[in-house]
Amino acid sequence: MHAPTPLPAAPLLRIERITKRFAAHTAVDGVSLDLAQGEIVCLLGPSGCGKSTLLRLVAGFEAPDAGTIRLDGADLTALPPHRRPVNMMFQSYALFPHMRVAANIGYGLKGLGLSRREAAERVAGLVKLVRLEGFEARKPDTLSGGQRQRVALARALAREPKILLLDEPLGALDRTLREETQGELRAIQRRLGTSFVVVTHDPEEAMALADRIGVMERGRLVQIGPARDLYERPASRFVAGLLGDVNLIEGRLGPAEPGGLRTVETALGPIRASGEGAAGAAVVVAVRPERLSLGAAAGLPGTLVEATFLGDRIRSRIAMADGSVLRASAALPAPGPVPAVGAAVTVAIPPDSARILPA
Amino acid sequence: MSGRLTRRLGRGLVRGLPLLWLVLFFLVPFVVTLKISFSSPATAQPPYLPVIDWQGGLEGWSEFLQALDFQNYHMIAGDALYRDAALSSLGYAALATAILALIGTPTAYAMARASARWQPILVALVIVPFWTSFLIRIYAWIAVLKPEGLLNGALLKLGLIAGPLPLLDSSVGVLIGLTYAYLPFMVLPLYAVMSRLDPALLEAAADLGAGRARAFATVTLPLALPGLAAGALLCFIPMVGEFIIPDLLGGSDTLMLGRVLWSEFFSNRDWPLASAVAVLLLILIVVPVVLFREAELRREEAAEGRGR
Repeated sequence: MHAPTPLPAAPLLRIERITKRFAAHTAVDGVSLDLAQGEIVCLLGPSGCGKSTLLRLVAGFEAPDAGTIRLDGADLTALPPHRRPVNMMFQSYALFPHMRVAANIGYGLKGLGLSRREAAERVAGLVKLVRLEGFEARKPDTLSGGQRQRVALARALAREPKILLLDEPLGALDRTLREETQGELRAIQRRLGTSFVVVTHDPEEAMALADRIGVMERGRLVQIGPARDLYERPASRFVAGLLGDVNLIEGRLGPAEPGGLRTVETALGPIRASGEGAAGAAVVVAVRPERLSLGAAAGLPGTLVEATFLGDRIRSRIAMADGSVLRASAALPAPGPVPAVGAAVTVAIPPDSARILPA
Repeated sequence: MSGRLTRRLGRGLVRGLPLLWLVLFFLVPFVVTLKISFSSPATAQPPYLPVIDWQGGLEGWSEFLQALDFQNYHMIAGDALYRDAALSSLGYAALATAILALIGTPTAYAMARASARWQPILVALVIVPFWTSFLIRIYAWIAVLKPEGLLNGALLKLGLIAGPLPLLDSSVGVLIGLTYAYLPFMVLPLYAVMSRLDPALLEAAADLGAGRARAFATVTLPLALPGLAAGALLCFIPMVGEFIIPDLLGGSDTLMLGRVLWSEFFSNRDWPLASAVAVLLLILIVVPVVLFREAELRREEAAEGRGR
């Protein structure tokens, strides 16, 4: 028997090859994920991709069909929700309508062995943390959406969970409030050092909150990493398109070359791009609109068909020789004169900003 | 113009029809009962005096009014039988309501937590007894409860009892009958409230460390209280005046107002006295209900006032 090798800096949470099926539908399909102490991971994906189910598996509301969930090395997989040292902030907030704000926040403190005074102090501290002083005696239905959201957050933090699970925490708030609350959420997380797993369908929210973003597609975790990595080096068309606007140019991959760059034969002509793949494979070249440069001396010929002034940038559409349309976005003030609609322009694709992805 | 008129007419109909129904089938019979309760019995057809002499004009009216009196109410107040019957009716109804709450709450909870496929089946099972006549179902209980009946027979076979228990013709029989007959009226309102509870609330309770028992006591039960109150009223009110169950399953010493009323009416043919008992029964039931509703409304208003 070998002694297990101790892992250096073991992750706080380790999800290993977890699978959950509902009848014939596989909601979560062999997902593995590590979460470090103090980290915020956002699970991003369209509705039905399994991100909420993954969160519910960690909370214990669903039992996995395969795989394990470990927290600090201890196996949580078989524990019922009320014995797990994680707490959840529900999408609907799920505030107890018959209890006042203070009772809602203090609900989880029972059974922690706190004295009455300690519990009251803890509640008072949380009320202050989420800036709800003066609202302690209110019932949830007399609060605004933003206030309810903060009660839900305080209630979920009351037991000082090792991990806080947040299911679309800002989904029910309007846009301005959402941006403000994102900042608050991050500030509270930094202060407490609690690890967060956040489920969201909003890429901007994920980028604003997360240390790492895990993109889910049809039950699988398809790519995980810092927002910038995912944005600049997406692993698939799906990830590329999810995180922002992208031009996709279909083509066939040329032979391997020294230096890492490859040539892709496309309808627009050969395009130099970075990435891997077998020579001759069908691929797409993905380029973000803001990486295209217009009017360069050497470039692909096209015609400007639309230019929209957006204050901080100009978004334009260029019709290419083969009939396809590329989208470009140039920051303002622009380095040179802005070409007029209908003018012939050249489009340069910087090779290190062009990614080769499987078609 | 005509659109507004139609709308007003429609609204009048919607409000008027139930009102008309209540006046015709509740208020008018009650006024008739009230009138009879102030008259005195007679060997006549109908068996009470006085009857309005329509030919007598104003004189006939005043004669009629003068003959009305409170003697039946005096008699009821003076006779301990009626007081005892009223108290015993309230006691049976209260005890049966408590038993119903204890049985109905877990039943409704189990139904509400059953899978979506099972819930309509379970609701149908609760309602199915109504397809058989109430009278026949209570008769059937005689076969279950009598000394040589199914229940005593089973208990004897199992050796749990030495001799047959006096289940029939006893207060135990009445309580069993009341509990059986009114269970759906307790379960259905409770189920209606519980099945509409957001399941996320129970998940939140579990997430915050509450086991099933605590989640039930602190979340499900408080939120189901309106259903419990509705069920309790639905059961308590008709049970106070229940006649068939104490008559068939109760003993000769089982005293309930419904029975007293019946014997005054049919055995003694004393319609005025029976009417007075009926009026008192109504007051006995309606007054607590109105007080309860008032208190409920006041509490709600107070909660709103504090909240806002």
